[in-house]
Amino acid sequence: MSVLLTATDLSVSYGKVVAVHNIAIELPGSGIVTLIGANGAGKSTTLLSLMGVLPAKGKVMFDGIDITRSPVEERVEMGISLVSEKRDLFSSMSVEDNLRLGCYRRNRSHGGEALEEVFGRFPRLKERRHQLAATLSGGERQMLAMGRALMARPRLLMLDEPSLGLAPLIVRDIFRIVTDLKDSGIAILLIEQNARAALEVASAGYVMELGEITTHGPAGELINDRRLIESYLGIRQ
Amino acid sequence: MDSTITLFLVQDGLINGSIYALLAVAFVLLFAVTRIIFVAQGDFVAYGGLTFAALQQGSVPGSIWLLAGLGVIAGILEFLRERHTLTRPRILGILAGDFIAPLALVGVVILVAPYDMPYLFDMALALALVVPMGPYIYRICFRPMANASVLVLLIGSVGVHWLMIGLGLLFFGAEGYRAAPMFGANFVVGPVLVSAQSLLVMGATLALLVGFYLFFGRTLAGKALMAAAVNARGASLVGISPSFSGRTAFLMAAFVGAISGILISPLTTLYYDSGFLIGLKGFVAAIVAGFASFPLAVAGAIAIGIAEAVSAFFASAFKEVIVFSLILPVLIWRSIRAPHHEED
Ligand SMILES: Nc1ncnc2c1ncn2[C@@H]1O[C@H](COP(=O)(O)OP(=O)(O)O)[C@@H](O)[C@H]1O
Ligand SMILES: [Mg+2]
Repeated sequence: MSVLLTATDLSVSYGKVVAVHNIAIELPGSGIVTLIGANGAGKSTTLLSLMGVLPAKGKVMFDGIDITRSPVEERVEMGISLVSEKRDLFSSMSVEDNLRLGCYRRNRSHGGEALEEVFGRFPRLKERRHQLAATLSGGERQMLAMGRALMARPRLLMLDEPSLGLAPLIVRDIFRIVTDLKDSGIAILLIEQNARAALEVASAGYVMELGEITTHGPAGELINDRRLIESYLGIRQ
Repeated sequence: MDSTITLFLVQDGLINGSIYALLAVAFVLLFAVTRIIFVAQGDFVAYGGLTFAALQQGSVPGSIWLLAGLGVIAGILEFLRERHTLTRPRILGILAGDFIAPLALVGVVILVAPYDMPYLFDMALALALVVPMGPYIYRICFRPMANASVLVLLIGSVGVHWLMIGLGLLFFGAEGYRAAPMFGANFVVGPVLVSAQSLLVMGATLALLVGFYLFFGRTLAGKALMAAAVNARGASLVGISPSFSGRTAFLMAAFVGAISGILISPLTTLYYDSGFLIGLKGFVAAIVAGFASFPLAVAGAIAIGIAEAVSAFFASAFKEVIVFSLILPVLIWRSIRAPHHEED
């Protein structure tokens, strides 16, 4: 399968603290790859740097083009979207305005179709299209953040803990939507606290510990890895 | 105090309040988008008004040299910043936008200044000279320190303010100017005399405020700017570049300042340093609004304008003292009432 993104020797620091140290990641053009690891391992930092939000050392190639020095807006234009851990919604603006701004840089000429598509995927957002984003529930906020990212019709969608803080029923919805998106052909990089659930939908996984990638491989292998089972996966529920 | 005086004071207060309202909106906008408390906001009022007055009198305004200088510096910085990624169209773009356009404008001004040009032409020319200074100042001073703290940005803006005052003295001299009004007419409305110019100021303010409202509420560019103000990282995640938002916010702030100066230049004598006090009152209105709410900023500005007119009537020597003391209770009330917002 073709390679969409490769990051090599990627390091990210907050001031003097090195949060991500010399990692390498390779993402295929389709399917889900998951990034798992304990809190503070550096997962969110990795995604923010791949998006260009945080400056990083190393090299990032996307679709054969060196984007190491590209600012965020250029990466958006090329088809990378990030749903950040904080969602980063425009809270004092309406649901519809949030979505419409999602195609500010990319796919603007098909904004209307994209909006209908997002409303089809998230009917709740359609019902609440005139409501302010601040008035949404946690699950709806997550849907809005995902919907906003999808408005640009990205080729690579990076999701940072989309199920964080949501009720189990809604988590199930979110996972169903993530697998739907995968089936529609978008490449997905997924950070997830529930490592077992993530590995069950993913084709490959990377395990991060203290800013470094310690293990990676096909999801089917990782899910049976004895050491991983002990530290992250727990007993099958 | 009879009703004639009351109405007169209200009229006076409304005119000043309108200008403060415009400046307050500019303060709020600029702060929301860039986190810069732009102390030099008022200097654009003086530059706009004095540049316009100079053109009206048929002399060449010294501010042209600032525009040319800023353009060249911004252009050189742009070349340095992008030296690794420069393409031919980009080089031509920088040359045209930062070198040729400002220098051509300077040439035009030197050529046409001695002639008596129509009022609107001089107005447009003054705007064309002063407004681009906003984005240039952003690019030269503030973009390089986009991640600095609010305090460092504030220090930067104080620096810009002193620079503009110093250069203002050089360009316009120490004496004040007053431009001729666009319409000399006066109307008698009931017991008060209303000058056409004051109606023009209020009308233009209203039009600009409505314009802002439509821009932010109806256009994608306006919503993008608002989005950058509401959540900077969210905005960058959808591809709204921070430097675009910064330039646009500075453009609007400079425009608001310059047009305010042009509008009031026939009503009051402007000096090179008049902008500071005018800006300060807009700033106070912005504080009243917690640097967040546009309608509150406008209401606060109008209230300050009227308070100022009333105190000028009763104790003109203490006008500023009274106005700024009146602010204190509001600020105390706000600091008690307003919770500290978490960034979301
Ligand atoms: N804004 C920040 N400033 C300083 N340190 C940070 C910041 N964000 C995260 N860190 C640190 O970087 C490390 C990695 O954090 P993060 O990428 O958020 O981990 P994860 O997403 O895996 O939980 C942690 O030690 C965290 O404390
Ligand atoms: Mg995280």
